[in-house]
Amino acid sequence: MKTRLRDLMLFFLLGVFLLIYPFVFTQAFYQHIMIMVFMYGLLAISWDIMGGYANLFSFGQSAFFGIGAYVSTLLFLHWEITPWLGMVAGGFASGVVGIIISYPTARLKGHYFAIATLAFLFVVQIVLENWKFVGGAQGLTLPLTEQSSFWKFQFRESKIPYYYIMLFLLGLGFLLAKGTLNSRVGYYLRALRESQEVAQSLGVNTAKYRLMAIALSGFLSALAGTFYAQYVLYIDPSSVISLNLSVEVVLISVFGGCGTIYGPLIGTVILIPLTNLIRASLGGAGRGIAYMVFGGIIILICVLQPDGLIKLFERSKKAVRERYDVT
Amino acid sequence: MTLLEVKGVTKRFGGLTAVDDVSFEIAEGKILGLVGPNGAGKTTLFNCISGLYRVNSGMIVLGGRDITNKPAHIVCRAGIGRTFQIVQNFERMTLTENIMVGAFLRSRGKKQAAEKALEILEFIQLQEKKDVKARNLSPPEKRRLGLGMALATEPRLLMLDEVMAGLTPVEIDGVLDLLCKIQETGVSIIVIEHVMRAVMAISEKIIVLDSGKKISEGPPEEIAHDDKVIRAYLGKSYAGG
Amino acid sequence: MDDLIVVIQLIINGLQIGLLYALIAIGLTLIWGVMDIINFAHGEFLVIAMYIGYGTYAFWGICPILSLPAALLILGILGWLVYRFAIARVLKSENLLSQIVVTFGVSVFLQNLLLFLFSGDYRSIASDPWIKGNVTVNQLNMNIPELVISILSLLVILVIHLFINKTKTGKAILATALDRETAQLMGINTDRMNQLTFVLGIACLSISGILLPITTHVSPYSGFLFAVLAFTIVALGGFGSVLGTIIAGIIIGEVQSFGGFLVEPSYKYLCVFLLYLFVLVIRPRGLFGW
Repeated sequence: MKTRLRDLMLFFLLGVFLLIYPFVFTQAFYQHIMIMVFMYGLLAISWDIMGGYANLFSFGQSAFFGIGAYVSTLLFLHWEITPWLGMVAGGFASGVVGIIISYPTARLKGHYFAIATLAFLFVVQIVLENWKFVGGAQGLTLPLTEQSSFWKFQFRESKIPYYYIMLFLLGLGFLLAKGTLNSRVGYYLRALRESQEVAQSLGVNTAKYRLMAIALSGFLSALAGTFYAQYVLYIDPSSVISLNLSVEVVLISVFGGCGTIYGPLIGTVILIPLTNLIRASLGGAGRGIAYMVFGGIIILICVLQPDGLIKLFERSKKAVRERYDVT
Repeated sequence: MTLLEVKGVTKRFGGLTAVDDVSFEIAEGKILGLVGPNGAGKTTLFNCISGLYRVNSGMIVLGGRDITNKPAHIVCRAGIGRTFQIVQNFERMTLTENIMVGAFLRSRGKKQAAEKALEILEFIQLQEKKDVKARNLSPPEKRRLGLGMALATEPRLLMLDEVMAGLTPVEIDGVLDLLCKIQETGVSIIVIEHVMRAVMAISEKIIVLDSGKKISEGPPEEIAHDDKVIRAYLGKSYAGG
Repeated sequence: MDDLIVVIQLIINGLQIGLLYALIAIGLTLIWGVMDIINFAHGEFLVIAMYIGYGTYAFWGICPILSLPAALLILGILGWLVYRFAIARVLKSENLLSQIVVTFGVSVFLQNLLLFLFSGDYRSIASDPWIKGNVTVNQLNMNIPELVISILSLLVILVIHLFINKTKTGKAILATALDRETAQLMGINTDRMNQLTFVLGIACLSISGILLPITTHVSPYSGFLFAVLAFTIVALGGFGSVLGTIIAGIIIGEVQSFGGFLVEPSYKYLCVFLLYLFVLVIRPRGLFGW
């Protein structure tokens, strides 16, 4: 089919672009932006698994992110375990925490669930701020290695290795999410999003699948958390367990369109570079203005196209197809 | 062979007793009609049997296995499929996807589920709309879809809640036809209905509920002449004729 | 005997905090009750009022309470604008997600607007000698500014309660909250009720906001904590219930007071949130919720 070929070509071009990007845009700043795009992209996809597929609007994404960051960092600082293993450990820790949290919140719907996740986020933040073992409010610093080391996950000379690693992680997350969506799990999640009662009456153990969504979401976010820790080499409760981060992730996903694979990615690709560029070009007042624009765009999309930007793409694709296609 | 036994089931909501000590049985491959005025407790009874409500007392046994108060997905797994009075499909999913959700229960993978879904779509005569989103169907088609979804779980007992509401006589005949075909495969059916001629035509036995209590049970001809039933539906003045 | 004094002291402190929180949370619960929207920008409106109160004292040396008319006006207009251009349209779309998210968009926008206008510095007038003052009754120590705030909060809460239950407009609002369709059938302009409730809810914040700089510092980020506490209170008391909000507010205040004392001051909010999560397990709808 012609459209299939065209889609494949687009993917290929996109792939090539992403692969050669760091060599075309050699300034660290531009590489940093893309790295952030990838990281937020992974976060957005993982949020969407809970929020878009299973209808669990959570503002606790940052907690999973932070748990991943802390677990891998602690494992490295105290037992010199390579952050790669730490990443997986962090992922599992996050998944477990997610499962634990899902029990008290199982009967909550919509708004109530969202607020419970807020409370949960603050609980995690306060606990970490007061726990000496994890550095309290001072946080943890990762020691600089003398040379770049793959196993220690630190690269001194340039950002390029970070770029490819994060791209890889994003790809991994994307494939996992896509695989899930297309499988039995995906069908069940979409069903329980529409109507829990009907799904249950068709034999779907809704509680079990909700849990799966939460665990997977937590796992992926934790991966991003470990990456962040290695990228910045310093973590503290206010930066990795932050409501700001959670909110950004939610807003980006909603902007792009949740419940689809591509929606959150579209949101990330547009909003992250936008805010970063505005912030950088306007100096001191930049942060304020960048996020004012961000907030304004969110309001606009909610008012004009609540289903997200991806709906607009689908509509225009349809319109184009209807005009030019005979098939 | 008795398939389902309902013994002394009672369901209360605060001060209101919606289902009051109701007992009945249905054998394999039989069709049972469940009728009664609005608010009699028919749907509540369904919800008790299918696991959406917990009962206050009583027992429900399916094929010798006690399924009282088991969660709905376990009851479905045990072999009960049902539809809902207010039609509920998965609106944003296509017809095929809707049925696949049910089909996954007894299928090993996506491919098998998809094949099964297609079979069912053909059976309920909606295969032409297999890629249409459920919300774009007409109400009668939505009801047929609901039936198909329940069928996909390969139930031993099918419970249909007002599946013929709002249908034209021709459409009703179509549904009756489907139900007969389903019965031929050995599946038992309980139908809640207000469309009297349909219930009378298809049921071997009818149970009448009024205000939560079972007031009559028997073959259609007897029920039609039962004083208690006439009183429940039409009031005292019509009875005892 | 000493222990008793300590306990009573804690109770009084908790009461004071609780009443303040309750006043902040009341707007939230009204908005939810009538419109089914959680105003996640609640904290930011509060901070705007805080800046107004701070500014009046810091720049003109006027007691913050006198800035009330200005605060009411500014917040009222702002509330109306936000309702008209952000919320009204989202309500019509019936998309649950955008209803949750749009107020977050407003929150991000307002917070960064404040950041842009006033920078992120923490400002405080709490250390000014004029503001301080303690009164001691029978060994019970009470901080005057905080006392004033809590008494005013109580008064305002009572006024609102009377308004909702005794005046015609108030009852119309209540009716809309209970059953929108029937209210419409009775000839109540529910859109107007929405507007009114939203503006009213925001206006409540002006009173608590202008007085807060007396006890805490002001920054664009100050709103967060109050907002989350307010959500917790509203969810605990039950969305839509004014009485629930008051009681929950007091409970939260007491938990904070005792928690900070029994465990450790930095853990006081932890106690609050843990309590909330605990209650959720038992009663998802909150104590008095709909």
